[in-house]
Amino acid sequence: MRVEGKGLINRGHPVSFTFDGMRYEGYEGDTLASALLANDVRLVARSFKYHRPRGILTAGSEEPNALVTVGRGARQEPNVRATVQEIYHGLEARSQNRWPNLTWDALQVNDLAAPFFGAGFYYKTFMWPKAFWEKVYEPAIRRAAGLGALSGENNADSYEKAYAFCDLLVIGAGPTGLMAALVAGRAGADVILADEDASLGGRLLAETHEVDGMPGAEWVREVLEELGEMPNVRLMPRTTVTGAHDGGTFGALERVAHHTIGRAGTPLECFWRIVAKRSILAAGALERPVAFRNNDRPGIMTAGAVRAYLNRWGVSPGKMVTVFTNNDSGHRTARDLLDAGVHVAALIDSRHDAPDCAGVRVLKGAQVCDSGGRLGLESITIRSVSGEDKLQTDCLAMSGGWNPTVHMTCHMGGRPVWNQDLEAFVPAEGAIPGMRAAGACNGVFSTAGCLRAGAEAAAEALDALGVAGGAVELPAAEDDPYRIAPLWAVPGKGRAWLDFQNDVTVKDVKQAAVENFRSVEHMKRYTTQGMATDQGKNSNVAALAILADVTGRAIPETGTTTFRPPYVPVSIAAMGAGSQGKGFAPQRFTTSHKASVERGAPMIEAGLWYRPSYFPVSGETTWRQSCDREVNMVRESVGVCDVSTLGKIDIQGKDAAEFLDFVYTNTFSTLKVGRCRYGLMLREDGFVMDDGTTARLSETHYVMTTTTAAAGEVMRHLEFVHQGLRPDLDVNFISVTEQWAQFAVAGPKSRELLDELLDEPLSEGDWPFMACGAVEVAGVKGRLFRISFSGEHAYELAVPARYGDSLFRLLMARAEEKGGGPYGMEALNVLRIEKGFITHAEIHGRTTAFDVGLEKMVSGKKDCIGKTMSERPGLFGDDREQLVGLKPVGPVKQLAAGAHLFNEKEEAVRVNDQGYVTSVAFSPTLGHMLGMGFLKNGRARHGETIRMVDHLRGLETYCEVIDPVAFDPEGGRVRG
Amino acid sequence: MRFSGLRILKEGLTGNRGWTPHWRDPAPKSEYDIVIIGGGGHGLSTAYYLAAEHGLTNVAVLEKGYIGGGNVGRNTTIVRANYFLPGNSEFYSHSLKLWEGLEEELNYNVMHSQRGLINLFHSDGQRDAFARRGNAMINQGDDAVLLDREGVRKYLPYLDFDNVRFPVYGGLLHPRGGTARHDAVAWGYARGADSRGVDLIQNCEVTGIDIENGVVKGVQTTRGAIRAKKVAMVVAGRSGQVAAMAGMRIPVESHVLQAFVTEGLKPCIDHVVSFGMGHFYISQSDKGGLVFGGDLDMYASYAQRGNLPLVEHVMEAGMTLMPMIGKAKVLRSWGGIMDMTPDGSPIIDKTHVEGLYLDCGWNYGGFKAVPASGNCFAHLIATDRHHAAAEKFRLDRFRSGVGLMDEEGTGAQHNLH
Amino acid sequence: MRITCPICGERDRREFYYKSAAVALERPDPEAGDGVWNDYLHLRENPAGVTRELWYHETGCSAWLVVTRNTVSHEILDAVLASEARA
Repeated sequence: MRVEGKGLINRGHPVSFTFDGMRYEGYEGDTLASALLANDVRLVARSFKYHRPRGILTAGSEEPNALVTVGRGARQEPNVRATVQEIYHGLEARSQNRWPNLTWDALQVNDLAAPFFGAGFYYKTFMWPKAFWEKVYEPAIRRAAGLGALSGENNADSYEKAYAFCDLLVIGAGPTGLMAALVAGRAGADVILADEDASLGGRLLAETHEVDGMPGAEWVREVLEELGEMPNVRLMPRTTVTGAHDGGTFGALERVAHHTIGRAGTPLECFWRIVAKRSILAAGALERPVAFRNNDRPGIMTAGAVRAYLNRWGVSPGKMVTVFTNNDSGHRTARDLLDAGVHVAALIDSRHDAPDCAGVRVLKGAQVCDSGGRLGLESITIRSVSGEDKLQTDCLAMSGGWNPTVHMTCHMGGRPVWNQDLEAFVPAEGAIPGMRAAGACNGVFSTAGCLRAGAEAAAEALDALGVAGGAVELPAAEDDPYRIAPLWAVPGKGRAWLDFQNDVTVKDVKQAAVENFRSVEHMKRYTTQGMATDQGKNSNVAALAILADVTGRAIPETGTTTFRPPYVPVSIAAMGAGSQGKGFAPQRFTTSHKASVERGAPMIEAGLWYRPSYFPVSGETTWRQSCDREVNMVRESVGVCDVSTLGKIDIQGKDAAEFLDFVYTNTFSTLKVGRCRYGLMLREDGFVMDDGTTARLSETHYVMTTTTAAAGEVMRHLEFVHQGLRPDLDVNFISVTEQWAQFAVAGPKSRELLDELLDEPLSEGDWPFMACGAVEVAGVKGRLFRISFSGEHAYELAVPARYGDSLFRLLMARAEEKGGGPYGMEALNVLRIEKGFITHAEIHGRTTAFDVGLEKMVSGKKDCIGKTMSERPGLFGDDREQLVGLKPVGPVKQLAAGAHLFNEKEEAVRVNDQGYVTSVAFSPTLGHMLGMGFLKNGRARHGETIRMVDHLRGLETYCEVIDPVAFDPEGGRVRG
Repeated sequence: MRFSGLRILKEGLTGNRGWTPHWRDPAPKSEYDIVIIGGGGHGLSTAYYLAAEHGLTNVAVLEKGYIGGGNVGRNTTIVRANYFLPGNSEFYSHSLKLWEGLEEELNYNVMHSQRGLINLFHSDGQRDAFARRGNAMINQGDDAVLLDREGVRKYLPYLDFDNVRFPVYGGLLHPRGGTARHDAVAWGYARGADSRGVDLIQNCEVTGIDIENGVVKGVQTTRGAIRAKKVAMVVAGRSGQVAAMAGMRIPVESHVLQAFVTEGLKPCIDHVVSFGMGHFYISQSDKGGLVFGGDLDMYASYAQRGNLPLVEHVMEAGMTLMPMIGKAKVLRSWGGIMDMTPDGSPIIDKTHVEGLYLDCGWNYGGFKAVPASGNCFAHLIATDRHHAAAEKFRLDRFRSGVGLMDEEGTGAQHNLH
Repeated sequence: MRITCPICGERDRREFYYKSAAVALERPDPEAGDGVWNDYLHLRENPAGVTRELWYHETGCSAWLVVTRNTVSHEILDAVLASEARA
């Protein structure tokens, strides 16, 4: 119910929303949780395993119970914490994990079967009959499991990622964080103050404490005003710092638009990478529930949450509230409720020496040992020295003490330390380099203590940053001591909940210990304690204490709690922002892309590049028709193909030749200026890394081409060999792949075409096979290489990339005049297979120079990368699978890449495996299919018949093993 | 105690008071026939098979922390036999067969679920490579189905087929691939070994290996010296340090591999899906969390945690492939330390020290290998002969180049596998 | 993780490519024998602690660096140019 005169909500601005189809009204400033409580809605969820009725437990992101689904269609978002979701006009929230509805949930039957569903029960059953696990049990378990549901539709919201840099990151904007930001901000440091709440202020907004003689919230407003005016301070509300990583890097999730119905152009969330020289963790503390029988009913909440709902949102979660505490902070709840005029039935303090509290009956040394009510709390049972008493109450505010929010200090492997006085873990010092934990998250629980700690932490950070300043006067505030007597679980029969969402009870932890899951990690994994969406924020310490108790060990001896990133769950969409659709990897386009698309060429991915598959002409209905035509065109007239995607590395320096001799297996120092040579490059382990032609433009200047796929790897390799192994050599490299547009002009009419195109006809120069040199096209300086990947008389013409588009169009037009035209990847592949040229289908990282028949290219006269290891016994010899050509000879004429090879009469099983097919194509030139592949001792087996088996596609073909060069083996055409 | 539905019923009706420890906590004896260093999945399964198949029960498993606390408890739970190179093929095939009988063998529900694994491919070249793999799987006697784009759509309708950076060309379906409950595997083997008399000794760190004249004599531990006729090192994630105690340098570099789980969700992903262009693999656990991972962080590490660049890359891969998972929230991330070898394949072998055995180098592949690794390692320890399914996992293959199993084809750079 | 490139200054890890332990700089003589080569290419100290390793500032200045780093804490202690580290 709403309490008059309380709260920071805007009562002048009502907001309507729905929950499970019912319309409710709240105010601006309400969370879904506060608004539901204001409307007396207590039942909001069902638990995971037993489907127990559940209400709101907390007032923060640690909420384990009140998870709802917000929105519809592709915007549907499951597992939203009602305690964090701000309400807005039109907010549509639904409960989840219940059927048919929240009040009557069919699976609440699980609760009756609880004796059979204890810790780890599923490891012991569901095994008979064997087939039933996958067919019966598991599907049923899966259907029952899970919380909310994804829509199944493609994500429809936009998300962003951003970087930020600062001197000091302050995590949490309660009294500690505000004070730290104030001190550092005034000193001029670049400060980021991030807090997950929509309103900065932390507990100061939830308590009635005064600071500096004014209400806490008022002091917060003044500080924020001052900070807001500082250009060196960035305030980031609704931003949860989610992880601490190496090098002062933090992940943070900003919930940009969850509090609105969606504004165009605004991302829903932004994931920040914040790099901070120093950081202050001022994340506060989280209150612990107490385990007692049936402590999970709607209406049972943490005492701090009850205060927060009252003081910040003007809501009392009950009409007759009872407080149950083991520490002084619970008394505040009673006082604040009384001050606000809410009826407090009793204050039950487990401590015999508990202080009194004016206006309410204090039951000292008493405990709540049970609760009653069907879908919400109606009564509790109190056990005291005088026996057990039942008390009617509709809200129980419980406090088992406070756990410092140490989570972030565990993210880099730090283990928190047990503090006996606080009965809680505190951060290990230095757990995160450059980070200081301060205030409540460091075990300081008074307001004055937090203000002081914040100021001190800031001063220390400023000191480390070398920034002067940092002295401020501390505002006056309450400095009450924190007195607590541990109470983890109230003894008694029945089920007492620890992990509310996962339905882990005290009994489960005890049973785990009995079954010798005594390590805290074993207990956790066996019972699922702490593995729910709150990651044990509400329950881990209590569970550990109970485990310690039943195993007869002290808490620190039993273990510690550790937490992994993220601090709160972060959507995949936020951390993966920018990737949906085409954003996952850069798209690289050649200069001929537009012209190719205009010609109707389907563009296919080639690594990051897009290349034309084929260029259909009218009348062609299949890719094969186009491909065959393009192959014939190259063989008979002239074809044009963009080969710019191949890596091009410019290599210069007086030792360039010596360097190339070292990275290539063959020799480049003997290459004449104005000539190209095919080169083979090995990895240091002796396997083939890459191949390509390298041209010598001058004594000290080479241009290397690499395959498209390995361009980056080769560049890296060259730099390594130079800088790491041969820094004495005077040589430099630069990738010029993007700088040059390069086109293959291939076919018997290529020379004729170029003669007409180039400013100076080829006949005037020296252009034998493998020649290279400078040319001009319409006055544009270019380079020409007489090299061929088709086996035809061919050239590659390169011009600066800005002329690529016009040159490609010109080449296409000129080629077409001669009965030729452009050709795509399909034809290129056929042409190279006919010639037995290898690509990464063959040099796939497991093949040696020997395997591909190029062992003679490994010069015996010099050392080179990979040479020594290529001489290992396993890298050559008859046992190796060697490159061969394949030609179908039986009734089946089909070949398939990926098929395996077997001897004619042998069964197609692993032990008989003779090799495999790497590349296949229909050769229009030869009129049949051709394959390339690797066959054991294949070079000695030319002429043999071998059986190709493709189980996957039901194919079995008899092939003749042939030389990989099926067409023009003498190479007359390329030289002609 | 034998587990059964009936036992659950009986205990449930009598207050669950009859449950007993899954394993004992014995004090270490001063001498064993065999000491296994490492109480992870592989060490526990080795102990189990030594006892169950070779009758060797005077065995201790020494674990510096708690059993099952290594990579067996921090992986993405995928079980598959889809390798294609000789050596790996027969080994993982053997392992999958052991998985298929594991619940009955161990009387422990490890929740092995053969929900099918689909490796997506995104180019003709990748299709050819996966076809080679699929055929190799069938040659080995395992199962594989080559799906075209429409075939994939039938299984995985939620993928983005239309506006995606790397369109789906098809997929290789491995119907017997799937997942298992990782912790249960460790516990099941532990319970099985313990009940046969093996001593599982937790919180017992090995600090030295005693070797005299080239023969192993025992180990030094934080709980005293223990003599042993044979010592087996099976400590993935720490292999280098333990091997160094025996004066060995091994072909392993340690790297961190991160993995992620989301909040629980109603069933939406029924299979294990692997993205060929982005190093991303995902499945949904029985509890409802999406369990997924990607590539290594790519720097040597012993910290069981990683950094944001890889985290973001994995999320980006997920978002381009299946943008319907965008609103799933990552609940927890963790890291496991991988023994990366120069060819990406493991080592199960004797060492230069008599009586000292080595099982390491599992790269990413350790979880699914748990049954066969233990089975084959136990065979080697017990008989001094390599098991037929693991005879290629030799330590000397790098030196000789004979029988390298480089499935990725990336060569002798440890982290690239 | 952030690495201070001697040429470019402090940069995020994502600008760098990791290769291996810095032993890769100590390429043996071609005739050193298969044991030495096996050692060089395959076997690793692989320390849990401080190690020297090779990183390449791939999207920066293309410098290969020898980075001294702790494999347990990920703390980066030093980064120098590989070309100078070797000399």
